Amino acid sequence: MKLIEDANKEAVKRILEGEPRLIDILPAREVLKGLKEKMILHAGPPITWDRMCGPMRGAVAGAIVFEGWAPDLKAAEQLAASGGVEFHPNHHFGAVGPMTGMTTVSMPLFVVENAKFKNRTYCAINEGLGKVMRFGGNDESVLNRLRWLRDVFGPQLAKAIRALGSIDLKSITARGLSMGDELHQRNLACSSVFLREVAPTMARVVEDKEQLAECLAFIAKNDQFFLNLAMPMGKAMTDPAKGIKGSTVVTAMCRNGTDFGIRVSGTGDQWFTAPVEMPEGLYFPGYSEKDANPDMGDSAIVETIGLGGFAMAAAPAVAGFVGAGAPSAAANFTRSMSEIAVGQNPEWTIAAMDFAGVPTGIDVRLVVETGIVPLINTGIAHKEPGVGQVGAGVVKAPMGCFTQAVRAIAKELGVS
Amino acid sequence: MSDEKKSPVQKLLSTEVKVVNVGLEGFVKDLKHCNIGVVHVDWSPPAGGDPAMAALLAKLGV
Repeated sequence: MKLIEDANKEAVKRILEGEPRLIDILPAREVLKGLKEKMILHAGPPITWDRMCGPMRGAVAGAIVFEGWAPDLKAAEQLAASGGVEFHPNHHFGAVGPMTGMTTVSMPLFVVENAKFKNRTYCAINEGLGKVMRFGGNDESVLNRLRWLRDVFGPQLAKAIRALGSIDLKSITARGLSMGDELHQRNLACSSVFLREVAPTMARVVEDKEQLAECLAFIAKNDQFFLNLAMPMGKAMTDPAKGIKGSTVVTAMCRNGTDFGIRVSGTGDQWFTAPVEMPEGLYFPGYSEKDANPDMGDSAIVETIGLGGFAMAAAPAVAGFVGAGAPSAAANFTRSMSEIAVGQNPEWTIAAMDFAGVPTGIDVRLVVETGIVPLINTGIAHKEPGVGQVGAGVVKAPMGCFTQAVRAIAKELGVS
Repeated sequence: MSDEKKSPVQKLLSTEVKVVNVGLEGFVKDLKHCNIGVVHVDWSPPAGGDPAMAALLAKLGV
């Protein structure tokens, strides 16, 4: 159908033309329009407290104590269960967040602007590994790190970003892909390149040398630091592709630990949801699939722009880490995802595939026709709140989201 | 029986068998176990075999 083909070409064109740049770090209350006290933004499509999984509830309780809305975790859970806080998806506020994806008023957020279309997106700073709120952690060590990010790291890194003017995220991504990153489960190269870009300026603008050393060490020790920049980059690139009549291109994929949700260009902000699946992967010593929580996070926005599982061929080491097979099998993931994508990104290429561009623009029609669903590289959280990450793997997007989307687009176009 | 007098099927079965397996991958393992050369083609019916959905997709240009 020509209308759909033309609409999809336009959607992919807008995604590829994006120029995402990091321009600032600011508290959520200053940049998220409509965000108020006692309001919690979470990963994935909309969900209520009674349907939230363990790690999501743990993170919510921690966020409430962090903001001072309750004195301790027990009181925080009571507040959440009694309707004392409002829950909304990050996506409804122009934001994204990994795993539980907590965003509240005082958290510092990366501000990413798509210079081509002038739209902005936001994401909290990656907390590092171990016990962290994104995996449901909520003890004093977790809250103290968030306070340090709010009071020290965020403001100091913001000074450097402002001094630099902006940082081009697309170019860092291109370099990272050629250095073995796929930008979902491996961000080591991009994080290192980012550190190289900001370190000299930080040395100039941060007066307290001890704080400077702590800030630089925090980035250097966190291999996943860049994930929280790749995510708002992804949303900044896909948001301009929303609302093109007839387009069957996916503009967002995300999960909240209970449901998986997608948005499609031609149907605007409507969510198509289905029960989220369990990741298949490898577990850290002492843990097994019995400990695992169903998949969660807004991070599947990176697969929506052709990274993560779609760019597995660029990161053979990740294939082993997520239990997806031998490094030689990594290219098959990318080939398979090409079957359901409208085009390729000529600026993000994979050397191991003769510099083919990453598959870009997931077409819901092709997903349903071929039976090939998007594959997402993901971390695996413990199902109990507060434990943290227990493994890494690959999760399949549920087919139900895509069949619903095809029917909705057909209805929109008067096709039956 | 000389080779000239054999039917095409008889000729096929009296020479080395090479298999192209389409669809269900389970057969591949059995053939490999018998040391029979096999190439697998990953295929499934359009729209998971749902005729109504396949018809709808055809109208949407797939």
